[in-house]
Amino acid sequence: MIKSFKKNIKGIVIEGITLASALLIIAIVIIMLTVIIIGGKDQLSWEFLTSFPTDGMTKGGIFPAIYGTALLVIIMSIAAVPFGTITAIYLTEYAKENSIIAKAIRFAVRTLAVIPSIIYGLFGLGFFIKFVGAHIDGAFYGGELKWGQPNLLWASLTMALLTLPVVIVSVEEALKTVPQELRAASLALGATKWQTIQKVVIPGSLSGIMTGTILAVSRGAGEVAPILFTGAAYYLATLPGLGDQFMVLGYHIYVLTTQSANVDQTLPIQFGTTCVLLMLTFILNMTAVILRYRIRKKKTN
Amino acid sequence: MTKEPSKNKTSGESTVESTEPVRIDITRKKFRFGDYIAEKIIKGVAFLSITIIVLIFFFVFREAFPIFSKTKEVKPVAAEQVVQDAQETYGAVTDKTSKTETQETYGDVTDKPLKEETQETYGAVTDSLQVQEQYGVQTNDTSITTDPSDTYTVSAGSGFDDNQSAIKTLITKDWVPVSDKPRYGLLALIVGTFKITLISLLFAAPIAILAALYTAVFANKKMKEIIKPTIELLAGFPSVVIGFFALMVLATFLQEMFHYETRLNSFVGGIAMGIAAIPIIFTITEDALTAVPKSFFEASLAIGASKWQTAFFVILPAATPGIFAAILLGIGRVFGETMIALMATGNAAQMDLNPFASVRTLAATIGAEMAEVVFGDTHYNVLFLIGSLLFIFTFIINAIAEFYVKGKLMKRIQGK
Repeated sequence: MIKSFKKNIKGIVIEGITLASALLIIAIVIIMLTVIIIGGKDQLSWEFLTSFPTDGMTKGGIFPAIYGTALLVIIMSIAAVPFGTITAIYLTEYAKENSIIAKAIRFAVRTLAVIPSIIYGLFGLGFFIKFVGAHIDGAFYGGELKWGQPNLLWASLTMALLTLPVVIVSVEEALKTVPQELRAASLALGATKWQTIQKVVIPGSLSGIMTGTILAVSRGAGEVAPILFTGAAYYLATLPGLGDQFMVLGYHIYVLTTQSANVDQTLPIQFGTTCVLLMLTFILNMTAVILRYRIRKKKTN
Repeated sequence: MTKEPSKNKTSGESTVESTEPVRIDITRKKFRFGDYIAEKIIKGVAFLSITIIVLIFFFVFREAFPIFSKTKEVKPVAAEQVVQDAQETYGAVTDKTSKTETQETYGDVTDKPLKEETQETYGAVTDSLQVQEQYGVQTNDTSITTDPSDTYTVSAGSGFDDNQSAIKTLITKDWVPVSDKPRYGLLALIVGTFKITLISLLFAAPIAILAALYTAVFANKKMKEIIKPTIELLAGFPSVVIGFFALMVLATFLQEMFHYETRLNSFVGGIAMGIAAIPIIFTITEDALTAVPKSFFEASLAIGASKWQTAFFVILPAATPGIFAAILLGIGRVFGETMIALMATGNAAQMDLNPFASVRTLAATIGAEMAEVVFGDTHYNVLFLIGSLLFIFTFIINAIAEFYVKGKLMKRIQGK
């Protein structure tokens, strides 16, 4: 009797430890959210979101950073989503599960997912700016420096490479939820493989493509390391175009907290900006989590 | 009728899936051009990810490579052509340096995107395989006195050291890239990176693995539906936000708790990176744990083991390869983490095993210095060399996690 009770106690304690670890993670998330939201909530106003920084960045809003982030993720999505979707289609529809090619592509995708983001920054610098950009300049601008320097386009494309695996993985997961019977039925009706993909498979996995896009956007909006030297700028008085450097939320936070001379003075802006970025990524991720949850539910049904 | 693979087969393609219905060739297959093109494009695009990996390999190494060549090749970059007003000194500089015979002179102009006004000329000299060095650095005097950032620019110019001596300094512990005698000792950076990786793993791995064990074995459905999305949300936190949190809140909190001297140190950075690594370790561990067949669980319970005994002595051991993979990928994540390292570790390149001392990691070094470095400079190449090291390291880690671990896990679960 006593022995089994002791055993029970041990079990409860051990289960309690594992539970505590899980709760600790939840607590970390909640603490981070509350601290940043409480710190930034006074700063949040329509004016903060829509005005330019003033007084040497110590006052004013973060509009250019929001604008730059938006442009960055839009261009990035335009580049990453189609390619990611097509790769996912190849992996689920065309490639044989165990063929060497499929395995190699899957390995490449997973490798892309674990390569540190700073390496993408180096690659963006070495490839897009110093190779592609410099050659474009040499060919079309007579060597005048135009594309061979950091700008929005190269930063967006660098970011697109980083988010490519995110898109591929989500879309692939969604494509797998389209029942094999639907494909078979479509083929049996005389549709070709490509028609089946177009008319049956892709519409059936639109929510998955959405999820992938949202996750990619959230990742792209938050990453700073890849754009540190491929296009992000400290302060710009005008809104950027494709060939300009640009301000971006994450870089803004980094610069304000570590590079500016008067960190204390800009503290409210730092918290405000972080709050905006966190809310943005949080809402995007929440949407993705809900969408994905629905997809998985559909799969199990 | 439904497919036309036999036509394509000549190009070495076979798209027939085994799961599809048997083809009945009543009529001869029509060659559909649209389909053919679509398939080719899809296949081409699918190779993109492999291509990217190869390109990353090539271009990151390409920029690092000049370090190992004996005489430095300064390629005429497009930036060189942007000659501005301040460059009357150009000729003077080359004149001065040409006093030393048998030497090649490079007049290299670089363009700094953010500081147009600090743009200056460097007449940099690379010596002729011998030890003899001379820096012919001349800058426009007027701009020097007015601009505060000039001290840096000038010294960056002297970074035109010869590569032989740069290589020699790689395995020392002094990281002083910006000085008259630049030294590129990577040891302090490497030790710092490993130290911080260790700290963050000691923090993150137990928590994440235990939490995963709870989720996979003990938790009811409701708890699962709380924990899993929370982890996904944590995974979505931008690292710059975690870095900001560490810098503003965690650093102060931990300092008050442990009373150490420097506010930003490897301990704070390690904990913050641990927070960033938790989702990865958790997710992969949880996957591995749920992949353990239910029969293991039931068999263990049937011979009288309690739930926790089953969890710790049956399920956890069965999933060890997966947990190993999780830890490996966690290491990869922390190893290459840049923003948190930049913001929360203090960024002092010192070789010190004390966890409460400031450190500088490899990734943070790239992040902090690349934007200000002179393109084509030795310093620039060394930063790319660091990048190559990071890349190789994460590549190998991923390869181990992928092939070795997965094979072992499969074997173990599907019965030896």
